[in-house]
Amino acid sequence: MNIHEYQAKEILKSFGIPVPNGCMVKSVRQAEKSVEKFGCLCVLKAQIYAGGRGKAGGIKTVQDAGQACDVAKELLKKKLVTIQTGTHGLAVKRILVEETIAIEKEFYLSITLDRRTSRYCLIASAQGGIDIEEVARTSPEKIHTLYIDPFIGVRDYHARRIALSLGLKGRLIEDCIKLVQNLYKLLLEKDCSLVEINPLVISKDQRLIAMDCKINFDDNALFRHPDYEKMIDDSQLDSLEIQAKKYDLAYIKLNGNIGCMVNGAGLAMATLDVLKEYGGEPANFLDVGGGANREKVAEAFKIILKDKKVKGIFVNIFGGIMHCDIIAQGIIDATKQISCELPIVVRMDGSRLSEGKSLLSQSGLNVETVDTLADGVAKIVQRMGKKRKVIAN
Amino acid sequence: MYRGWVKNAKSSRIEKTLEDPAKKKMAILINRNSKIIVQGITGKSGLLHARQCRDYGSHIVGGVTPGKGGTTIDGFPVFDTLNEAILTTQATVTMILVPAPWAADAILEAADGGINLAVCITEGIPVRDMVVVKKYLHQNKMLLVGPNCPGVITPGECEVGIMPGTIHKKGNIGVVSRSGTLTYEVVKQLSDAGLGQSTCVGIGGDPIIGMDFIDVLKLFNEDPETKGVFIIGEIGGDAEETASQWIKENMKKPTAAYIAGLTAPAGKRMGHAGAIITGGKGLAADKIRVLSECGVTVASSPTKIAQAMMQALNKQDCNS
Repeated sequence: MNIHEYQAKEILKSFGIPVPNGCMVKSVRQAEKSVEKFGCLCVLKAQIYAGGRGKAGGIKTVQDAGQACDVAKELLKKKLVTIQTGTHGLAVKRILVEETIAIEKEFYLSITLDRRTSRYCLIASAQGGIDIEEVARTSPEKIHTLYIDPFIGVRDYHARRIALSLGLKGRLIEDCIKLVQNLYKLLLEKDCSLVEINPLVISKDQRLIAMDCKINFDDNALFRHPDYEKMIDDSQLDSLEIQAKKYDLAYIKLNGNIGCMVNGAGLAMATLDVLKEYGGEPANFLDVGGGANREKVAEAFKIILKDKKVKGIFVNIFGGIMHCDIIAQGIIDATKQISCELPIVVRMDGSRLSEGKSLLSQSGLNVETVDTLADGVAKIVQRMGKKRKVIAN
Repeated sequence: MYRGWVKNAKSSRIEKTLEDPAKKKMAILINRNSKIIVQGITGKSGLLHARQCRDYGSHIVGGVTPGKGGTTIDGFPVFDTLNEAILTTQATVTMILVPAPWAADAILEAADGGINLAVCITEGIPVRDMVVVKKYLHQNKMLLVGPNCPGVITPGECEVGIMPGTIHKKGNIGVVSRSGTLTYEVVKQLSDAGLGQSTCVGIGGDPIIGMDFIDVLKLFNEDPETKGVFIIGEIGGDAEETASQWIKENMKKPTAAYIAGLTAPAGKRMGHAGAIITGGKGLAADKIRVLSECGVTVASSPTKIAQAMMQALNKQDCNS
């Protein structure tokens, strides 16, 4: 789960990690007022669920309230396209107004999961403010890595090593130790999959400050944090993806016209691969889960049909414990509520297959059932090529 | 005295092996002699799958649900703690179907109790919990399969998992996979083509799992019943790349593979917690390239699974 920079900074602050003074605004008026209140050189930062904002013009420094007004006006009507957003971009609905800080030096600091060692991994670099993967490639010696042992955590000596690797001196070493330990504490308590401070800076007045911060939460741990739900900014998400989440369906919108419903993530990915191989263009990834029921199947179908680009649907359900008649009933439920004349190809395998097939064939839907993945994909791609038939209900 | 106490007293790493009760090496991890306990047996899916495994022929000796000890459910005796269950039944294998918030605890209880093999089906365990579990397992002899996996099956003998038993066929292909239903698809194609399986292992789709590809490949490599291996991978992480290198250096048996997600968009979590392309890493194309370079026959499509396996088996015949 993603959150905005300003929300991440509020969390940092609550764990004693210094961030610049700032406030989140949603309108030009508020932006103007905040800059007036700070009474100094300020920076306006577009809040979107993606990085690369600086280069895309989403971060601007302003001299006074008047300039803040112009910049905010421009940002708020913008769909910001960065290297991470894709070509459609993301709407800017919130802006973080912050005091600027005179910077002496920039660093990089993050903690995330290292899958190879199954440990949280702290990465620090004396080269900050830039793409860390680029640093890792070009000058790996500038990166300090700590694989955190979950039984002992980040001890003083670990954190001191990091502070020294960043070239810190005097009181800043102690400040850095505290900061690093707080960051790890935050990661654990908040169940983050990533906390990244880039850049972490030393200001001209010799303070360590998190200038920019990114936090991702572990989706599996959301049950421990019911308060996270209200942090979600729906304007940053696809509306269909939001709806899917409500029913615990994994849905990702793609750009094609063949709607897909599959049980299981791996099989869903494989199904998309075969569709492309056969010249089809999938409209979505949708995993109804290994043990989908009638309601879930019906909801999944409705979500697929809300995408107006969809001109045909391919269902690939490989059950075992799932009953095919229940899947069929779910499809019929959904299509009854929203009259659907699109061609549907269903590949089912599992128990009560013949009951499921006969339910579908008697439903009056424009539906065909097939036995294998290859047949199913070939069939839907072929039917998409033809002019669609209208079936009288 | 609980066996777990003795084992845990040792501080050094313990070589993890599974003794075969029949003294006859056939298939891997589980066979008809395995005694299995089900943690979370009184839950809806716990009971459903305990029954299905029993119907398949697995020796399910009971289950654990705290607070329900002393009762029986559908003929299965229920215990309050795993230790009690082990003492009474001498089970060496556990199938965990405990809901995510308590699943890590269940895995640790199994390890502490002296279980040899835990198969954790549960999906959605927080990473923070698994980091601790994984560290604990380093100093414990228990093998963990999963979490977030379909389980393990030795066709015709024993199923510890949720896969449909009927699609499997006894034979000589070892299957190892990060996926669930995609494994069923692969297994069905193999069975339909006459390629039965020695054992199928779903290692799970999470970023932190117990046994990885290499752990399972090592067992297949030493199993006389396994003549060839099929690997099912997907986008995210670099488990397939690491396995490729190991295969190149150690694998004695013909190996084929399929990698799902060739057309997956970057930065999106594709259902599985571990299936995500980040920072240009975890791409299916890279995995396919590395596997091929290391001598693995990679299926070009999930509709051509059996062909790829046949091709790998034939390639080996030509070389020998």
